Amino acid sequence: MESKEKYLLRMEHVSKDFYGTKVLKDINISVKPGEIIGLVGENGAGKSTLMNILFGNPIIHETGGFEGKIIFDNKEVNFASPFDAINAGIGMVHQEFIFIPGFTAIENILLNKEPTRYSFFSEIFGDKLNVLNREEMKKRAIEAIKILGIELNPEIIVKEMPVGHKQFIEIAREIDRKLLKLLVLDEPTAVLTESEADIAMNAIKKLAAKGVSVIFISHRLQEILDSCDRIIVLKDGSVQKELIPSDTNPREVAEYMIGHELTKSIWKSKEIRKISETILEVNNLWVDMPGEQVNGASFKVNKGEIFGIGGLTGQGKLGIANGIMGLHPAEGEVKFKGKPIFLNNSKYVLEQGIAFVSEDRRGLGLILDQPIFKNITFTAMQIKDMFLKSLLGGLIKWSDDKAMVKITREYIDALQIKCVSEKQLARELSGGNQQKLCMAKVFALKPELIFVSEPTRGIDVGAKSLVLDTLRQYNSEYGITIIVTSSELEELRSICERIAIVDEGQIAGILPSTAEPTEFGLLMLGIKSKKKVTMNK
Amino acid sequence: MRKQSLTKTMNPGVLFLINYAVPIIFIILIAFAIPLSGLSGIYFIRELMIRLSRNSFLILALLIPVMAGMGMNFSIVLGAMAGEIGLIFITDWQIIGISGMLLAILISTPIAVLLGYFAGIVLNRAKGREMVTGFMLAFFMNGIYQLFVLFGMGNIIPISNSSILLPRGYGIRNTINLLGIRQVLDNLIPLKIGDILTPVATFLVIATLCVFITWFRKTKLGQDMRTVGQDNEVARVSGINVERIRVLSIVISTVLACYGQILFLQNIGTMNTYQSHEQVGVFAIAALLVGGASVAKANIPNVFIGVILFHTMFVVAPRAGKALMGQAQLGEYFRVFVSYGVIAFSLALYAWRKRVEKENERKKIMNYKKSILVK
Amino acid sequence: MMKKIENIIENFGLPRIIIFLFLVLLFILTPFVGVRFDTSINDVIVRFGMNGILVLSLVPMVKSGCGLNFGLQLGIIAGLLGAVISIEMETIGFAGFFTAVGIAIFFAVVFGFLYSLLLNKVKGDEMVVATYVGFSSVSFMCIMWLMLPFKSPNMIWAYGGSGLRTTINIKGYWFHVLTDFLKIKIGNYIFFPTGTILFFALLTFLVWAFFKTKIGAAMIVVGSNTNYAKSCGINVEKMRSISVILSTVIAAIGIIVYQEGFGFIQLYTAPLFMAFPAVAALLLGGATVGKASIKNVIIGVFLFQSILTMTPSVVSNIIKSDMSETIRIILSNGMIVYALTRITRVRT
Repeated sequence: MESKEKYLLRMEHVSKDFYGTKVLKDINISVKPGEIIGLVGENGAGKSTLMNILFGNPIIHETGGFEGKIIFDNKEVNFASPFDAINAGIGMVHQEFIFIPGFTAIENILLNKEPTRYSFFSEIFGDKLNVLNREEMKKRAIEAIKILGIELNPEIIVKEMPVGHKQFIEIAREIDRKLLKLLVLDEPTAVLTESEADIAMNAIKKLAAKGVSVIFISHRLQEILDSCDRIIVLKDGSVQKELIPSDTNPREVAEYMIGHELTKSIWKSKEIRKISETILEVNNLWVDMPGEQVNGASFKVNKGEIFGIGGLTGQGKLGIANGIMGLHPAEGEVKFKGKPIFLNNSKYVLEQGIAFVSEDRRGLGLILDQPIFKNITFTAMQIKDMFLKSLLGGLIKWSDDKAMVKITREYIDALQIKCVSEKQLARELSGGNQQKLCMAKVFALKPELIFVSEPTRGIDVGAKSLVLDTLRQYNSEYGITIIVTSSELEELRSICERIAIVDEGQIAGILPSTAEPTEFGLLMLGIKSKKKVTMNK
Repeated sequence: MRKQSLTKTMNPGVLFLINYAVPIIFIILIAFAIPLSGLSGIYFIRELMIRLSRNSFLILALLIPVMAGMGMNFSIVLGAMAGEIGLIFITDWQIIGISGMLLAILISTPIAVLLGYFAGIVLNRAKGREMVTGFMLAFFMNGIYQLFVLFGMGNIIPISNSSILLPRGYGIRNTINLLGIRQVLDNLIPLKIGDILTPVATFLVIATLCVFITWFRKTKLGQDMRTVGQDNEVARVSGINVERIRVLSIVISTVLACYGQILFLQNIGTMNTYQSHEQVGVFAIAALLVGGASVAKANIPNVFIGVILFHTMFVVAPRAGKALMGQAQLGEYFRVFVSYGVIAFSLALYAWRKRVEKENERKKIMNYKKSILVK
Repeated sequence: MMKKIENIIENFGLPRIIIFLFLVLLFILTPFVGVRFDTSINDVIVRFGMNGILVLSLVPMVKSGCGLNFGLQLGIIAGLLGAVISIEMETIGFAGFFTAVGIAIFFAVVFGFLYSLLLNKVKGDEMVVATYVGFSSVSFMCIMWLMLPFKSPNMIWAYGGSGLRTTINIKGYWFHVLTDFLKIKIGNYIFFPTGTILFFALLTFLVWAFFKTKIGAAMIVVGSNTNYAKSCGINVEKMRSISVILSTVIAAIGIIVYQEGFGFIQLYTAPLFMAFPAVAALLLGGATVGKASIKNVIIGVFLFQSILTMTPSVVSNIIKSDMSETIRIILSNGMIVYALTRITRVRT
């Protein structure tokens, strides 16, 4: 009994599978009151899933619940919803801001927990007709802000606040809860400047000193090492190791996070070509893509190469391709085959011979309610005037259905797309076949350079290798340069020659795929990054 | 293209002009039309006072759904229909005076609640298209109303007073005389200022509604409504029952509109059975917009400024038309044009500004990122 | 079996099925209430020809993602201008008809272009803005009909008033030029309006052909998945503008065909609510806010006009009173409310 009371939270033998894939395997974690735990892990290691289970997120219940026990504050719990978790004393600050931009800081901090003053009408119509107690609200808001230790005028409308302050409001909202015993922070310092991050970390330490436990998810290893009492490294759904910051070093953490190499790079060191012709040169690329912002990335890609872009989720790797292809506002200098190309112009980029297989397969890659043959040929028709018959001396461009069907059948064969016929609707295909359809669409354009983002996401194992093999085949047979962006380091190491790691929107480093996984890990964790920032005009 | 550069101006003067474009244009229009019409000041004051007392309640009913993010909401037409049904019954039962009016209110309230609830549910299923759906719903309910009043009453629904029935024996006449309750509230507290009879009691009732609305905003329910109105998702994630709040806002508005229509008809004294409620929605919304409100923001001053400006135009237009072009008809068409035009213009302006604001937000974040990384 | 029925109800929508069954009931009742079946069918076909093109005009805008065109009145006004000017010019017969069409197309292109500029600025809120733009323009034209300097004695107020009359009789100009063209008489009571149907078929063919071209294909994609279209470098705004202009032009032609069959040009407030029956017919034929095809037009117009024709004759013979107006209001507006509350795919 004694040892049990020592812990605020115990997760025992927690496992979870999503549609047959085991995402969490036998997790055992314990947190003492007032402890700051750092949770580290690669993409897909299971951090978000674990927190979703703890917080009672409906997605967990909708997909079969979880195995194991969670004991919080000496009671076994299985929260049916986040509100139950909140009422029990768990607070969570997500990466996406949850506030009402048009309300003041006070109103946001007290959102849906406003103190009220009794009013007569509540007798007839219920509690909701009690009047808000604005003085009490202001008092509580100021208290929460004081704990954080920042200067913030609570009467200002949140919309007008600088981004860093918005983050503080999020944290203040959780701090305001009197019952708060455990606070989970998901990348809280992502939008903060260095000085703001310091303030935030100090506030967290103050909280911990008061007895509130903190679970701190971050990829900024330095911060974790500086402020946490304990570090838990998750990898592939299980707890890899628990470390004490004073007893460890960045390299050790990275090693546990990434693990030793499971797959050998298909390239042997000497096979990786030396710098030949540069086909794509990117200088200081800024891309405004919500959630994957790029803040000045620079790199060069060689002709005929298979180049990889990796990094943790949200750090900007997906933004690069999207920005160059004109899908999100971009700035900077990009040269293709030595010629500078216009940004923010999808048509121009496609006409130059660059194509894109988007990570948003169903949204951007396909027109779900159109048949396969139209999906494959549409972009080529619009950009290169292919599959059209010219009538009336060029005045009318008529769809050449026969040609479309012919080329579709060729691709269905070549890529082994499993379908009933070329007239089947795209939405009816399986994930893997949809991905092949996206690739066929891109190949039909006969491009010289292809960006492929998350090529095997959501595809079953058998189809995965087919997709990667197809890329390899087109690269070796037709000499198409391929830039692969992926969350899975192993995938990149299996087909790319060189891999760039994106951290905080910039290229942290470029390594040959034969390098040690730990080296990649260090780049992802914000260590060893050569941050050089220059401003565009 | 010119509009694009307007948004980059953070100049408060320009911003003010854009925000209040509608009332400003209106004031200019009226400034021209008043002298043209040749109407006297006294006439105006009397007209305006009557119209203020007659229309304000209805327009005030529009405020609550705006708070909850439902936009300019046509369910007030449904409320008006409920009020009219109440009035039909008290006319049938020949109950006059204040008790007649109160009875009408009593009968029509449950009908209004029911209709409001129905409207709320339908609108919840049309998120993002509340205004169009509300508009079409009002037309649809008009058909149901006709079914009820033109075919049901005197048939399935017993009506004893044959003077209000059509000659064929069932169905209510096109016009009903409301002499029994005519100006019964207006004259309750008689006060003469100079030559003008002031409907004190009516104004008191309107003032009470204003107080209620102001107080309502300060309650927890009011705050929840404001939250829902600003961002459904955040409200939902914070534990607020978004759907219920939305329906509630429509129910409240419908019931208020029901009372507003009864107030309106009690002043006029006759009821156009099938037409009275038709233009209620358009005129009320146009007036509110003319008062400076927008789809997302409407407050009490907007209501009164709107009534004054809009109804001045209403009174002035036919005479001005006659003076300008020799045809009063022109003025009448002009007022209809202006009513619809104001709404079209306000909606377009609002939709355009919404998009522009979103873009500016993103630009701000981009610039912020740049500023912190260049140190 | 139950699952199959459920699926059918889900796919077609309960209201449509109810309306269809109601229609079947009406048809069955015709002989019993003393209404001639063949004249009813004849009426339906004639009205189909008259109204079909107006409903067809809605298709391009739905396909391009601009939603249901509640601003149909703009196209109608263009058509009215064409008709009125052709009568002012005293042109008759086919020449008169095609003059009207030609002038109408000119105005429709101008109006459509301006309309598209507005709609492009309010993406996502097109329907509600369109509704009021439609109303305001009809009201504005009311003023214009009073003020424009028309002289033709057939059109202006009789006793020295100025401005056009509310209804203008086109008998003697181009009344029934299409309907009578190649008319096939069947028996004593009925005839087949070959001209009108042929014209409708021609326009339908042109619309179908348009969507087979490169631009047409691009327009469909803009409506299906705007982001995809953008990623292919398609100028989304240009495509939407073209669809709006196309819709307006077809609507302008549509109202002239309607007048040709009806025999009168209706000015002032008549066009105010004309968008709604057209939209309701399209929806009745199976379209949604995001999807419409020529098939929807044909089925929808047929069903809708059948109801409009059959209800008064059958119902009034049974109940001995004219409920048709009320039923029409309930049906067409109810159909639109239903369509608006269907949860559609979120198109960004």
